[in-house]
Amino acid sequence: MPSFKRNCFTATRFPRTGLALATALAASVSLTSAHAAGEVEVLHWWTSGGEARAANVLKDLMEAEGYGWQDFAVAGGGGETAMTVLKSRAMSGNPPSAAQIKGPEIQEWGELGLLGELDDVAEAEGWDQLLPETVADIMRYDGQYVAVPVNVHRVNWLWANPDLLEQVGVEMPTTLDELFAAGEAIREAGFIPLAHGGQAWQDATVFETVLLATGGVEFFQQALVDLDPEALGSEQMVEALETFKRLRGLMDDDMSGRDWNIATSMVINGDAAMQLMGDWAKGEFTAAELTAGEDYLCAAAPGTADAFTFNIDSLAMFRVEGEEHEAQQALARLVLEPTFQEAFNLAKGSIPARPDLDMSEFDVCARQSLEDFQRTADEGGLVPSMAHGMAVRADVQGAIFDVVTNYFNARDMEAEQAAQRMVNAAKAAL
Amino acid sequence: MTIVSHAQERPVRPAARRNAAAHLQDWLPRLVLAPSVAITLFFVYGFMLWTFVLSLTSSRMLPSYDFVGFAQYARLMANDRWWVASTNLVIFGGLFVAICLGIGVMLAILLDQRIRQEGALRTLYLYPMALSFIVTGVVWKWLLNPGLGIQAMVRSWGFESFTFNWIVDPDMAIYTLVLAAVWQASGFVMALFLAGLRGIDDSIIKAAQLDGASLPRTYLRVILPCLRPVMFSAVMILSHIAIKSFDLVVALTGGGPGYATDLPATFMYAHAFTRAQIGLGSASAMLMLGGVLAILIPYLYSELRSRKHG
Repeated sequence: MPSFKRNCFTATRFPRTGLALATALAASVSLTSAHAAGEVEVLHWWTSGGEARAANVLKDLMEAEGYGWQDFAVAGGGGETAMTVLKSRAMSGNPPSAAQIKGPEIQEWGELGLLGELDDVAEAEGWDQLLPETVADIMRYDGQYVAVPVNVHRVNWLWANPDLLEQVGVEMPTTLDELFAAGEAIREAGFIPLAHGGQAWQDATVFETVLLATGGVEFFQQALVDLDPEALGSEQMVEALETFKRLRGLMDDDMSGRDWNIATSMVINGDAAMQLMGDWAKGEFTAAELTAGEDYLCAAAPGTADAFTFNIDSLAMFRVEGEEHEAQQALARLVLEPTFQEAFNLAKGSIPARPDLDMSEFDVCARQSLEDFQRTADEGGLVPSMAHGMAVRADVQGAIFDVVTNYFNARDMEAEQAAQRMVNAAKAAL
Repeated sequence: MTIVSHAQERPVRPAARRNAAAHLQDWLPRLVLAPSVAITLFFVYGFMLWTFVLSLTSSRMLPSYDFVGFAQYARLMANDRWWVASTNLVIFGGLFVAICLGIGVMLAILLDQRIRQEGALRTLYLYPMALSFIVTGVVWKWLLNPGLGIQAMVRSWGFESFTFNWIVDPDMAIYTLVLAAVWQASGFVMALFLAGLRGIDDSIIKAAQLDGASLPRTYLRVILPCLRPVMFSAVMILSHIAIKSFDLVVALTGGGPGYATDLPATFMYAHAFTRAQIGLGSASAMLMLGGVLAILIPYLYSELRSRKHG
């Protein structure tokens, strides 16, 4: 039965063939581009309307300085597709000059010996003073700068519909207890207290926020960043898991598989009162022509006012030679310059990676975000987001996602059991 | 002498020509087939081999050749999610093939009764097959959503206690996949069987009738056994649809709630391509292949053998 075989193998083989195809494609691209002088090729997935315009700002800045810019935008799958293309390019020995890589992945690429250093630019521009230490650490491999931060997203936000809150007669909750109390009131009034989408990463986003609220910054660091087995199996973890599951009572029954932006639109439409989501949710509110602080409210997620879970996009620089190297260094410098930081982050809803900018153009939420960013950076409340790939490597992250989402959805799983599984997942990955 | 030599020479030339022609005729198909055979060998079997090699390595983000024996298989066996995915495939595959065959045969037999408007009905049942699984998945996702779809509709008719929330129930969600897949593929099975039924010699049926067999008995004992080859093709096609199911899961449930509806194909993709565990992903791909072969080889063997004998 040849037809069976062929099809069966399509299922297992397709992605690999895709990889080979991408390699071939990439090779043909490189043939045409290799000889252009002083040009950078940047792999990214800023492809949606606002993002693409923002990326264009960088292109214009580069061109104004006389460098060429070759756009290598790969849309789709939250960067999954782009990473596949990048891997095939890297394997064929022809990486782009820069690529959108973030968090611990920078270290993985560094270990492969593919990244080039940016220390000259960093020194000339004073990145050490400019960037908070936690952020700078992520941008360095082996003590040298290899990547440059583009923006900072805050993950631990609570978004709310002010009309609905007023109608029910509750205030914006600042602690988890207040959140549960407000939720009950909202439920009684006939609305959904918390909009949520039942996808693994959204479950994990809410989970890490709850863990931050119940366990505090230090525990967050131990459990989700350092993967300390003792912390992962501790009472505090059990408490975080139980509180997380209690939040399920504030959500509606149809959330399974819902996209985050649909959940946000439930808040916009007044079906739901609140949502725990990172500040990219602002894009949805803005698209609905609402004004921050008036038509929708933002506040640090309940119980996490003194913490800041960050999700930072960055451009990692690959090792390249000659004129391309020169252009690449210029690119790194321009990315952190105020012009680009302002334009890009206004479009994307995030805040600039350097805290010294004039924020008058930004909305209330972004201004608060930046203020908290600086404050937590000084006081030590700045933590990388596990749910958004800033804290641990992709395999560990995936294993934690599995435990979290399974526990959240299972009817008869004890929190202790989930905590134990998390310990196992962390051990297996180390 | 000369005559003899002439006589000998003459037939030699045409023979040589015939020989060359025969050679060409012999080799031409092979030559023409060679590229596709080479491509298949390389892209299918070559990559299969490569996947096997990778499954023995510690490859993470990029393929590496640091061999670790069967450690990835051991990790896979210890992985909770893999077992969920495998169990799901057994449930989904088994039910999908069985129900599709059942419904397909029933529809085919009913349509075979020379009813009016048969062509229109046939098209109607066959149409779902024209959709891609992504479309099927999205449509059923909406239909099955308790707040939007069937449950909400029946409740709005006044049956307030009606519940149909399989898709958000981790224990039942896997059956929504069966539902959508059966909806899509039964019509196709019907078409296969209908073609088979039409191909059966009338005289056999008449002989059965003369012998006094009732209609159900005729179908059960005479006609369906004749359709064994059709059954064979149908099972083959359905089981490969079941095993390669990926798009349906992605569109309908996204693997959720939690990972309750994960299948090996989605597991493999997630681990090899988003979680930077190429070694583990390859190991799961090899096990999928092993599973397919374990089911297929005995079936192929018995079917092809009995056909040769029968």
